[in-house]
Amino acid sequence: MSASPSRIAFRQKSVIPGFGLTMGLTLTWLGLIVLLPLSALFIKTSELTFDRFIAIVTATRTLHALQVSFGLALVAALVNVVFGAIVVWVLVRYEFPFKKVVDALIDIPFALPTAVAGIALTALYAENGWVGSLLAPLGIQVSFTPLGIVVALVFIGLPFVVRTVQPVLADLDQELEEAAASLGASRPQTLVKVVLPSVWPALLTGFALAFARAVGEYGSVIFIAGNLPGVSEIAPLLIVIRLEEFRYADATAIATVMLVASFLLLLIINRLQRWAELRGSRNA
Amino acid sequence: MTIDVVGVTKRFKTFTALDHVNLTIHSGELVALLGPSGSGKTTLLRIIAGLEWPDTGEVRFDGEDALARSVRERNVGFVFQHYALFRHMNVFENVAFGLRVRRGADKLPEAAIREKVNELLSLVQIDWLAERYPAQLSGGQRQRVALARALAISPKVLLLDEPFGALDAKVRKELRRWLRHLHEELPVTSVLVTHDQEEALELADRVVVMGHGKIEQVGSPAEVYDNPATAFVHDFIGETIALPGEVRGGALYFGTHALGLDPQGVADGPARILARPHDVDLADPGTTPFAGKVLAVRTFGPTRRADVELTSTGGPVVVEAAVPHGQTLLPGTQVGLLPRRYKVFSQPTR
Repeated sequence: MSASPSRIAFRQKSVIPGFGLTMGLTLTWLGLIVLLPLSALFIKTSELTFDRFIAIVTATRTLHALQVSFGLALVAALVNVVFGAIVVWVLVRYEFPFKKVVDALIDIPFALPTAVAGIALTALYAENGWVGSLLAPLGIQVSFTPLGIVVALVFIGLPFVVRTVQPVLADLDQELEEAAASLGASRPQTLVKVVLPSVWPALLTGFALAFARAVGEYGSVIFIAGNLPGVSEIAPLLIVIRLEEFRYADATAIATVMLVASFLLLLIINRLQRWAELRGSRNA
Repeated sequence: MTIDVVGVTKRFKTFTALDHVNLTIHSGELVALLGPSGSGKTTLLRIIAGLEWPDTGEVRFDGEDALARSVRERNVGFVFQHYALFRHMNVFENVAFGLRVRRGADKLPEAAIREKVNELLSLVQIDWLAERYPAQLSGGQRQRVALARALAISPKVLLLDEPFGALDAKVRKELRRWLRHLHEELPVTSVLVTHDQEEALELADRVVVMGHGKIEQVGSPAEVYDNPATAFVHDFIGETIALPGEVRGGALYFGTHALGLDPQGVADGPARILARPHDVDLADPGTTPFAGKVLAVRTFGPTRRADVELTSTGGPVVVEAAVPHGQTLLPGTQVGLLPRRYKVFSQPTR
């Protein structure tokens, strides 16, 4: 071992060669694809004075838009976790005709152009649409309200929850449930005490992904939302509006706030998930 | 608790796992279900537990229909092959699980749960591991946790699926003796599934040998070893030297050569003469029923084996014979084989 300690830290003898090459590629790639556009965002924002920045992001319209975006994304992600978990359960645990077709249907929101989804949902939920006409007599209006935004965000977020939880539940040893039953646990007790703790980290990941997707969603929402400032105007739309007004710095200021807020929220969810995983495997 | 299995059949699609199985397990017994993989032993255990339902047949606990009750209501302790411990719970909570899920009139106060769990943990000698999580335990320790957890519900029946299968040889031996001891201390009827004959013969009061979904023989360890009821049992338990033969007119022949051995009432047709290696003597080729050429002699530890080629009309047959101490055998020489104790079974035509 003639190498100096500082070299050892970066280049250990390993059975997996190519660390230097792959790490270099990774950093270059991340820099080009992710960090470069992000830093441009911050540089553009820095053209504003601090007071101007504060004024833009604390404007009532901006605050409302952020509130709508984050609040409804949270609601949609929660809805997706609950119903996504049920969909996963059915797909993993039961055999039924056309199971493969149902499984493939889950991915459609991934592939469909979001504008198409938005227009389709708007048509369905409009007062004279198939679903909207049924809801209208009950006094429920979906299209052109915040509720419509939630519907769109649920649609685009579902596959994220399903595809993250599915493999974990499929891997869950059924002997665990048999053991619980043989010890006298009822089905609800088995679900709450044995199954849920095992899929909890995956559910959190699915939640985080669905939430992140919903916060940034634009295409499907603008058709169904109605886009009333202060009511159903989402932050990404406000950014586009500012761009169309050639107020680029304003747009980047809002984008910066969204970016930082999303990053913080994802970081918190990530920590939560780590905690749940640690609790699941071994604890000090 | 007496367990009666009556006419149980279980099919998985086209595979028949159990074919009209009848078995009575007496109260307080430790019975081993022994057989190769695919013999249906685990399926039978799971049917007794209530984890699987038979297509036809009955299972009775003390004369009462057990099939009407779900696994929850049968109050059987089940120890899974891979333990199936709850990873997110520590050892204490794993063992307490069966007590904590009780509801209504059966619900225990916290103090009673703690007392019972601590008692069980000292019974299985792992009270010092109570705070650990399953991932931090060795295989043998996990096995003990699984057992303590199964015993927490005070079962009258304890079912163990390959309980020592995943452990190394030394730990296995130690736990085997300890399990036997535990069984005697507790008022419990135990059924153990294993493919390890040594385990079954050493541990069980009675051994149930299974093959191809059927029970081949039920008996004490000595009975199944010394008096195998079928060729399958003879082959499966202990070591076997299989000598070919044929019964013609109430006498045993090898090719055209009369063997002078007792056909033991086997009907005319192809037969197999099965013997334990230590029951076959090596002697002068001219004086014995079988003779052949020594192909090779191998030594493992205290035992030596010789491959002997017997020539017959149907082509050469190679058998493995035990070479006693103090006898030298050279490859290429002729040797005679004299079975002292043997069993004759008719060879099923395939």
